[in-house]
Amino acid sequence: MIEVQQITKRYGQHTALDRVSFSVAKGEVLAFLGPNGAGKTTTMRILTCFMPATEGTARVAGFDCADQPLEVKRRIGYLPETPPVYQELTVTEYLQFVGRLRGLSGKILTASMQREVERLGLGTVQHRLIGNLSRGYRQRVGLAQALLHDPPILILDEPTVGLDPKQILEIRELIKNLAGSHSVILSTHILPEATAVCQRVVIISGGRIVAEDTPEQLSARLRQSEKISLTLKSPAADTDSRLKSVQGVQNVFTSGAPGTFLLECELGRDVREEVARLAVTSGWGLLELKAISMTLEDVFLQLTRHEEGLAPDAVTAAAEPASQPA
Amino acid sequence: MTPVQAIIAKELRSYFVSPVVYVVGSVFLLIVGLLAYLYVFFAGAQAIQLMQMQGSAQINLNDLVFRNLFGSIRFILLIILPILTMRLFAEERKLRTFEFLLTSPIRINEIVVGKFMSVFLVFLSLLGLTGLMPLMLALFSDFDWYPVLTGYLGLVLLGALFLSVGVLASALTENQIVAAFVSIGLLLVLWLLAGLGTLLGDTAIGQAVSYLSFMEHYDHLVRGLVDTKDLVYFFSGLALMLFLSHRVVDSARWK
Repeated sequence: MIEVQQITKRYGQHTALDRVSFSVAKGEVLAFLGPNGAGKTTTMRILTCFMPATEGTARVAGFDCADQPLEVKRRIGYLPETPPVYQELTVTEYLQFVGRLRGLSGKILTASMQREVERLGLGTVQHRLIGNLSRGYRQRVGLAQALLHDPPILILDEPTVGLDPKQILEIRELIKNLAGSHSVILSTHILPEATAVCQRVVIISGGRIVAEDTPEQLSARLRQSEKISLTLKSPAADTDSRLKSVQGVQNVFTSGAPGTFLLECELGRDVREEVARLAVTSGWGLLELKAISMTLEDVFLQLTRHEEGLAPDAVTAAAEPASQPA
Repeated sequence: MTPVQAIIAKELRSYFVSPVVYVVGSVFLLIVGLLAYLYVFFAGAQAIQLMQMQGSAQINLNDLVFRNLFGSIRFILLIILPILTMRLFAEERKLRTFEFLLTSPIRINEIVVGKFMSVFLVFLSLLGLTGLMPLMLALFSDFDWYPVLTGYLGLVLLGALFLSVGVLASALTENQIVAAFVSIGLLLVLWLLAGLGTLLGDTAIGQAVSYLSFMEHYDHLVRGLVDTKDLVYFFSGLALMLFLSHRVVDSARWK
């Protein structure tokens, strides 16, 4: 549905996007991850025909963004970073205006408005001025606007910003339900969101795509070694060297807290059983033993910080506290 | 409903829920009413003077009231119409709805025309209310309706031109105050071109500069002279301003 080839966008001297290519299939949900200023919004603005690319082509639903912008715009529902609402209108008036701009009228317009008001829980506020609504409601009005004409393609720039946790879950559920019938691109800096709703993740940094894969494979690909965290109640002086002698263990680090060890092992080899046996027979008082897998957050930090020239070790160490048990 | 109609309806709604139209409208009607009263009062005083001197008085309301009034309204419009147009694009850019508008499946010229038409309708309704004055005056006196009607035609055309300059100024910036001042400045320059033309005298350049100003074209209409040359001036000026607005809005996407 969406095909982007070698897109470059320059603002004067500054290159915001550098030869970016990706594609989105019908019914797929793609997440755009990246730090601020990475080029997420620029990419979305090019896809929605708001601004033209300096080089390269973008095709949406078979239409070129540069040559047939009206055809592209008809097929896209777009939620920009700031919800594009008119404060002096009520929710109903606003949706009516949006629908008319997109050529909806009569019963179809009324039905579409009713569908979105229900879907996004706007029933209680539909006759209030948007200017008097909270940030969360405005965001939902913005989403209702994007969905109103039931477009096959949705482009959502940080769709869950400003919502409370319950609403975030609802919106994620909504996006998941749209998958299959709609192609969705969403940008986010909330990593669990990408894992929760997307089939594919594109990580973008400094205007370039640095990784593109499923969330699971991204973490797998970047994991160079298995890591195990071990906590002992009464470690002996030779615990270090004895742990190292276990087959498959490559390195043993003692981390800050006393009795906590970090074991780096050969890839694809589970040494937990062996380590547990050793700890028990030596009477070290085994308290905790767990495998550490890289979360998407670690992957993200590693990829985007590499860009800035930070040592990978420093990054993994920094990412460690966020790790979750496998 | 076409997209243009949708935009007109939305803009009218925005105008009439904000206090700006009411404030601007009341001030406009108050000043025009006051001026009309003063001109009628002076005409009356002059009539009394003539009566005392000659025993009878034939005064021309067209000359003493309407020509003066149309001359004054021109200046009031120059000040207040930019206040009406300043929000049209500047506000969209400030509130980030500009992006939404430009990613909607409508053409930029539809947006420009829709916005212009909405403010033009607001202006027409204000101008329509001033129509009460000649109607009331007609109850108590005699005057020639023809130059009054062509004067109103002149006001409609002049207002349309002023509004199109305002639309252009509003497209240039996201600051409404700046937009208002830019359009007032542009209109004053257009005004002063008439003086510059006179200064240059009856040369080709002098005539061309005078032609660029709205002054003589408007004066012709106020005097009851409907000339194609003047109509062409207003319509081509309007078209040029709307075309430039289109280009400015289009180029705002590239920044």
